[in-house]
Amino acid sequence: MAIPTATGQAQCPECLADVTLTNVMQNEITQCPGCGAELEITSLEPLTLALAPQEEEDWGE
Amino acid sequence: MSDPRVGVLYSRVRVEEKLLFEAFERRGVTLDLIDDQKLIFDLTDVDNHPYKHFDVIVERCINHSRALYSLKILNDQGVKTVNTALCADICGNKLMTTSALAAARVPQPKALVAYTAESAIEAIERLGYPAVLKPTVGSWGRLLSKVNDRDAAETILEHKETLGSYHHSIFYIQEYVKKPGRDIRAFQVGPETICAIYRTSPNWITNTARGGSSSNCPVTPELADICTRAARACGGGVVALDLFEDPNRGLLVNEVNYTMEFRNSIAPTNVNIPERMVDFCLQVARDGWAAANGWPDEGPHLASISLAEGASA
Repeated sequence: MAIPTATGQAQCPECLADVTLTNVMQNEITQCPGCGAELEITSLEPLTLALAPQEEEDWGE
Repeated sequence: MSDPRVGVLYSRVRVEEKLLFEAFERRGVTLDLIDDQKLIFDLTDVDNHPYKHFDVIVERCINHSRALYSLKILNDQGVKTVNTALCADICGNKLMTTSALAAARVPQPKALVAYTAESAIEAIERLGYPAVLKPTVGSWGRLLSKVNDRDAAETILEHKETLGSYHHSIFYIQEYVKKPGRDIRAFQVGPETICAIYRTSPNWITNTARGGSSSNCPVTPELADICTRAARACGGGVVALDLFEDPNRGLLVNEVNYTMEFRNSIAPTNVNIPERMVDFCLQVARDGWAAANGWPDEGPHLASISLAEGASA
């Protein structure tokens, strides 16, 4: 079974703009075209956006 | 092996993860996604844990601490992973990387370690100004300090001792290598250096995460040799190496990254990096770690894994 994706619109929690999302996955990172905030897809049904977590000290490659 | 069961341990789905998922899908491999934000390990259940049926688990965590702990647990439970806990332990900590490269006689910039501000000043002045102070754990060029004189050294060391957590008082001091406005990021998949880019920047920090631009770098026999030796010294697997070009000493390995980012390197190199990563993962699933790395033996071993060092959990 393929990894679930969703297409639709969700609201940016930062600027409240409607963000169009195409074939996105759970936990995918995207950017609000309105305010530039880094966002995370936290739910596919309904499509929901949250501000992406702040960078932590041990993040990286 | 028919229909290998492959898991991906991940934190966030970035461009790299999407490219990897698509590459696995093109091979007809169904992935099990393991979200590290929801993960609960039973450390004591070695025989009936839920990961025993995986042929391989691919680690793509964004936190070094989560990656290292998870790989350690999985490897101890007998699960094959890409990369291994040993690789994460060495590559995730600059002190460990430098020590492993030194033991394998891989050329690298000179580096000193000191444990107090006083001894760190002495170490910096032994190397000479400018010198570079780096946290042992960290990435993307964060918290690197180019120390140009004694005043700056004293200030930075005081700040690190006062404001940092305990591992910021492990002072890792590296010589400053005068780069020709660029460094090299090379991609190693098992025994092969598959491609490389130049990262060019007017800034002394050339990470593409910090705005450095990328262009193709030919994989010369010299580059392939040093990368292959460095990767083996750091436990093998799929790693990205950062190298300096020193006018007198040739190539020097600066860092080895074990959860590599590659989005900016596919177009300039014209190499399908995620496809090559998938090849390696499937070979580990089928033939094991040593065979996938092209090693006649099991490769380097460490007596223990430094779970406490630098981990922020």
